[in-house]
Amino acid sequence: MPVIKMQNINKKFYIGLPNELHILKDISFSVDEGEFVSIIGPSGSGKSTLMNLIGALDVPTTGSYVLDGVDVSTLSDNKLSDIRNQKIGFIFQTFNLIPRSTALRNVELPMLYGGLTAAERNKRAKELLQIVEMSDRGTHRPSELSGGQKQRVAIARAMANDPAILLADEPTGALDSTTGRLVMDIFHNLHKKHNKTIILITHNQNLAAETQRIITLHDGEIISNKRNQSKKRQKLVKGD
Amino acid sequence: MHLWENIQLALEGLRANKMRSLLTMLGIIIGIGAVIGIVTVGDSMTAAVTGEMAGLGVSNITVRVDPRGGGGTMGAMTDVMGGSQAIPQEHDLITNEMIERFVEFYPNEIRAVGLQSPAGIGQVESGRLSSNINLMGVNAGYGITGGVNMLDGSFIGDGDVASRRFVAVVSDIMVANIFPDGTNPLNQEIRVAIGNRIETFIVMGVFEHTTLLPPFVGGNAVNPNARTNLYIPISTANFISGNSNAHQNFTVMVQPHVNVSEFTSTTTRFFNSFYNDNPRFRVGGLPMDRVLSITETVMDTISIAVAVIAGISLIVGGVGVMNIMLVSVTERTREIGTRKALGARNSSIRAQFIVEAVIICAIGGILGVGLGFGLGYIGSTLLGQPTMPTVFIIVVAVLFSMIIGLFFGYYPANKAAKLDPIEALRYE
Repeated sequence: MPVIKMQNINKKFYIGLPNELHILKDISFSVDEGEFVSIIGPSGSGKSTLMNLIGALDVPTTGSYVLDGVDVSTLSDNKLSDIRNQKIGFIFQTFNLIPRSTALRNVELPMLYGGLTAAERNKRAKELLQIVEMSDRGTHRPSELSGGQKQRVAIARAMANDPAILLADEPTGALDSTTGRLVMDIFHNLHKKHNKTIILITHNQNLAAETQRIITLHDGEIISNKRNQSKKRQKLVKGD
Repeated sequence: MHLWENIQLALEGLRANKMRSLLTMLGIIIGIGAVIGIVTVGDSMTAAVTGEMAGLGVSNITVRVDPRGGGGTMGAMTDVMGGSQAIPQEHDLITNEMIERFVEFYPNEIRAVGLQSPAGIGQVESGRLSSNINLMGVNAGYGITGGVNMLDGSFIGDGDVASRRFVAVVSDIMVANIFPDGTNPLNQEIRVAIGNRIETFIVMGVFEHTTLLPPFVGGNAVNPNARTNLYIPISTANFISGNSNAHQNFTVMVQPHVNVSEFTSTTTRFFNSFYNDNPRFRVGGLPMDRVLSITETVMDTISIAVAVIAGISLIVGGVGVMNIMLVSVTERTREIGTRKALGARNSSIRAQFIVEAVIICAIGGILGVGLGFGLGYIGSTLLGQPTMPTVFIIVVAVLFSMIIGLFFGYYPANKAAKLDPIEALRYE
């Protein structure tokens, strides 16, 4: 049972205008539950547009997108909001924590929009901070955290409503290699121990080489979609 | 949705930007403060003026010579307010004979007739001591119609007027100025400098000085420099000043059982019978209760004018709030994008920003009430009638400022709600 099933997705901008852009061309792929997939491609390949579609921030011009059993391609704005809230956990390159709120309240935020009570939110947020080993930083504001710590809080936040997928957009892009490594380890940990479905969007071949499957985009088309047999991946699997 | 969380969020935002929040609120604070302060002072002034006027007696009728064609009520009003109009000649005035016949004609209705004739301003002098006075010739009835409150001795009597005696009823303030050592002023001689002459009077009574004027205009009861009335017999006053013995106006106080409005008509008819042949003047009457209600109407009009001005200042404050909210939305574009990505509906974003605007305005309103409280208290104390704003107006003020927040917060909030999450997330 695939968590994500995209069929013949096309995305065009400025439709009918002289400068019409055809960004995604006939994209079809699926992601199974518990998979750790990376989508790579150079800038301008349509990576971001595809991420916006996967993340239900946007709808395709044509084609169908079924996310966790729900056809997302034709939903209203409010329904898309609810889908993002319940089924998708966003992790951004620039963390995007709410600057005035504490780490704990940042983690609570998706649950607030999901309608959980204050007590439920608080309890769950504390558990999540524990998973990313940030329990002792709950009362700190983002400005008091390092980049790696911020991203760990952001990962905890992404998991708040136990979404169907974690969607990470260049999660290590703003981090040095050591903290980047730490964040990748958290992803592997979530994947293995918590059976999370993770989609990693990156232009970094080395990061992609750690995932189970690599989807390569070029000029709006999928040019390759295959299981990752690289040595790096073999080493990771062996290291279990 | 999540009202409490939104309030907390708004408060966090305000704390993070204290100075900016305060400056944003300033328009609301000043607007609300001005409304509360001015309304309080207005209440105080109305209470003071109507209280004083009611003290003069609502059973008083002012009778005066008015020019024909126009004048009327408003003519009498300007007279009450101290204005002046076309000046009647000697033969146009109401004579003492007319008044005597009037009193004889209605013995059961008339309680007193108050006559007055100003004889100029001057000083009572005693060595190096002096006291400003307003020399005022009056008859015995003036003591009743004018509500003069005697502290000692007696008021001018009919005999004093008839015999043109040089006696005086002085104010407590003059007594304090001229007899600082506590000498009993009764039967003492005082010297009054009036114009370029000096007149001597024997003090026969002391009255309590009260004033319609607010203290800061120079009428404070404890202000030793206040110019107080010095009452002397009207005949003596006219002798000194060379004024006519006839009257341009006088006051009638009716007995308690008499209908004031009806008797005003009766009085006017009575005196106009003497004026049938006068082409220029007639007699008009104005009951005091009308003066009271006119005064109240004037006060109400002033209040409405103030409310309009305050309303404009509140709109200006509201525009300031809208401006800063728009800035805030732009600044927080990424945050809005993030919230949308995390599942916030447009309505949640809208609610968040509206609540923030309402909270800013509500806090501004509360601070404004505090400011208005202070201003109103100082102002009304200066007026000698300390007044507190009513709970009603406080509640209305805070609610009104919240409505301003709602109104001026809606547009920025809606702008935030309609942001495209993709664009917003990409915003630098």
